[in-house]
Amino acid sequence: MGSLWFWIVAVMVTAYVVLDGFDLGAGVIYLIAAKTPEEKQRVLRAIGPVWDGNEVWLLAAGGTLYFAFPQLYASSFSGFYLPLMMVLWLLMFRAIGIEFRAHINNSVWQEFFDVLFGVSSILLCIFFGAALGNVVRGVPLDATGYFFEPLWTNFKLGPQTGILDWYTVLIGVMALVTLAAHGSQYVALKTDQDLGRRARGIALLCWPLQFFLTCISLVATYFIRPDIMANYSAHRIGILVPIVVFASLGIILWATPKGKEKLAFVASSLYITGMLVGAAFALYPVVLPARDHQYDLTIQNTSAGAHGLTVGIVWWTLGAVLALGYFVFVYRKFRGKVELGEGHY
Amino acid sequence: MESALLIHRLHFAFTATFHYLFPQLTMGLALLIVVLKTIGLRRNDPFYNQAARFWGKIFGINFVLGVVTGIPMEFQFGTNWSVFSRFAGGVIGQTLAMEGMFAFFLESAFLGLFLYGEKKLSPKAHWLSAVAVFVGSWLSGYFIIATDAFMQYPVGYYKAADGSLQLASFWTFVLNRWALWQYAHNMSGAAITGSFIMVAVGAFYLLWGKWTEYGRIFVKVGVVTGCVFSVLQLFPTGDRQGQMITDHQPVTLAAMEGLFKGQSAAPLLIVGQPNEVQGKIDNPLQVPGMLSMLTYRRWSAHVRGLDAFPKQDWPGNIPLLYYSYHIMVGLGTLFIAEMVVALFLLWRGKIFSSRWMLWILMLSAPFPYIANTAGWMTAELGRQPWLVYGLMRTEDGFSKSVSAGNAMFTLLGFMGMYMVLGILGLFLIRRQIEEGPPEVDLSLKNLATTEAH
Repeated sequence: MGSLWFWIVAVMVTAYVVLDGFDLGAGVIYLIAAKTPEEKQRVLRAIGPVWDGNEVWLLAAGGTLYFAFPQLYASSFSGFYLPLMMVLWLLMFRAIGIEFRAHINNSVWQEFFDVLFGVSSILLCIFFGAALGNVVRGVPLDATGYFFEPLWTNFKLGPQTGILDWYTVLIGVMALVTLAAHGSQYVALKTDQDLGRRARGIALLCWPLQFFLTCISLVATYFIRPDIMANYSAHRIGILVPIVVFASLGIILWATPKGKEKLAFVASSLYITGMLVGAAFALYPVVLPARDHQYDLTIQNTSAGAHGLTVGIVWWTLGAVLALGYFVFVYRKFRGKVELGEGHY
Repeated sequence: MESALLIHRLHFAFTATFHYLFPQLTMGLALLIVVLKTIGLRRNDPFYNQAARFWGKIFGINFVLGVVTGIPMEFQFGTNWSVFSRFAGGVIGQTLAMEGMFAFFLESAFLGLFLYGEKKLSPKAHWLSAVAVFVGSWLSGYFIIATDAFMQYPVGYYKAADGSLQLASFWTFVLNRWALWQYAHNMSGAAITGSFIMVAVGAFYLLWGKWTEYGRIFVKVGVVTGCVFSVLQLFPTGDRQGQMITDHQPVTLAAMEGLFKGQSAAPLLIVGQPNEVQGKIDNPLQVPGMLSMLTYRRWSAHVRGLDAFPKQDWPGNIPLLYYSYHIMVGLGTLFIAEMVVALFLLWRGKIFSSRWMLWILMLSAPFPYIANTAGWMTAELGRQPWLVYGLMRTEDGFSKSVSAGNAMFTLLGFMGMYMVLGILGLFLIRRQIEEGPPEVDLSLKNLATTEAH
């Protein structure tokens, strides 16, 4: 039962990164790609009706993590105290950047919220990447089952690690490039003319960087945690992960210049899915590795009681089906290229 | 250690109190917008539809602030109260996860359609999206209340071998008797906030002499709902809430009522200041026997005072608890009086010309916020010294691994952040009110139907 919930949470986190990833990415390229007020409005209108729903995946994944693995939730949220609080502040800045900008039609007011939206999107991508880096690298858990990480120590991977060290910064930069590319694909899909072309250009510009960082990060991960390959050698199915990752990269490179926007966006989503599922596959059944492996948090020592998990399957399935229904409905209502005209944003 | 406990408590109290300024209006207005949309659709009246659109804009600003201040709440169980989360997460994780799955997805998906999709939807579908937002926000309220109810009156759990609480019975936990009454009481409070705000804006327009057509709609709808919910707030919901506290938290009752010594035919205090040193009330103004009547339904019944309980089980801050409770009840009583008079004037057709009444209605806008906040303070201060009533003390639940210095850093950060958010929100809502509702072109009387495609 615990394993099932491990994969449910992994899928929800992946859904969050793929969905909110494209509106975060749109925010990353916002200040570069959208040059005129009209283009800025187009970008905002492309993500406006959906970004809030996308962000709910973060809350729903967090809630599900809390419910299924209370001990993991308690240890990781208190241990990552400072970066999580900063993520909260950035999410606030970003939300008002999107939502309050259009209320007043004044260029100074709007410029302020433009920068707020762009900068907070960039920082959030780096933070989320660094968070993933921390989970893969392992944290200084001790016998109490708790830890606390300062923002940084000496950027090396000693026994007392900080949130930021050379490895997590590397993953943070990779996340930034990946989501910038992902957001560009979405903007290219939803807009046309100069803006669409520029977004496609940025996606192509990101590609070599993305390819390079993917290779580097795989090597670096193997370098700091050689044991990460254990699941891959034990289960042949793991070979699918690198196949999906590199095939998606290949499709992106082929489809983007041809203007096959939908295919490129789907491939970009697949790439993110492959990377995240690959990380989850490597970690399983550990949910949060300790620097000293005897203190690893695993499915076994963090999951909630059996009855609660069984009951949860029933309502979670119902809730997930309903949520998918809403998403299909809303995305269909707002499908196609965005048009300007009456309305908010 | 003590200062860390204090800062973690302040951290949650500050962020929760500030956060709840927004959802109470969100939930109240969601209901009222459905009322306006329904009347607009049934009577085919463009004014009601435009009124719904006007309130939709204010709702949108308020909703954003509710969402961004709400996200930290879900995080703080883990960041600041990790020992508590480890202890009780096997139970309350259920309702918190369900809130995400059932309420947030629904709300967020249909809010976008309600606010920006009117042109893409038929009038019926647009009405439905308003209903979906209403259902989502009210469901969200239930999951949070059920979580709090477990902390007030834990049911449906068992204690596992490692000492943590785990779910034993889903339905006992979710349909906690405490949760049902607390929910009714709380949602009625939210509806009061929504009604009073709508009435206040209407009264402002009528006094100003601008958009009077809308002013009449706002006052009419708001006074009717405001009156209904003000009465429901006292009876049965408030009364039942009091009964549950009498039965399950008798020490809290004694502290709320300022009853230091137990007595038969206990009086109900209207005004007075608790004097903890001498264990009595200074300058009391009281109704004899009334407390016995309200709690045990007999004038002569004995009510236990604080002296009947060991001191370590007393709520930690008795004066604040006492005042919160009395402010809540006092304001609630005034709301009933005000709304009954307003409803009478509305019935006699005199309300729109009674400037004195309109002034009162306009100036009443802040008071439901105070009453709702005081109500939550009564519930949560009354729960002390317990984090989960009878099972875990507050001092044992905070994150031991997060030092006072780090918690202070983020508390100050939130204070600064929320000051900015509060100013921005007030500024934008004030602007929206001053801009007024959209003009209705009367030649398009059946606007609602022609616009659809």
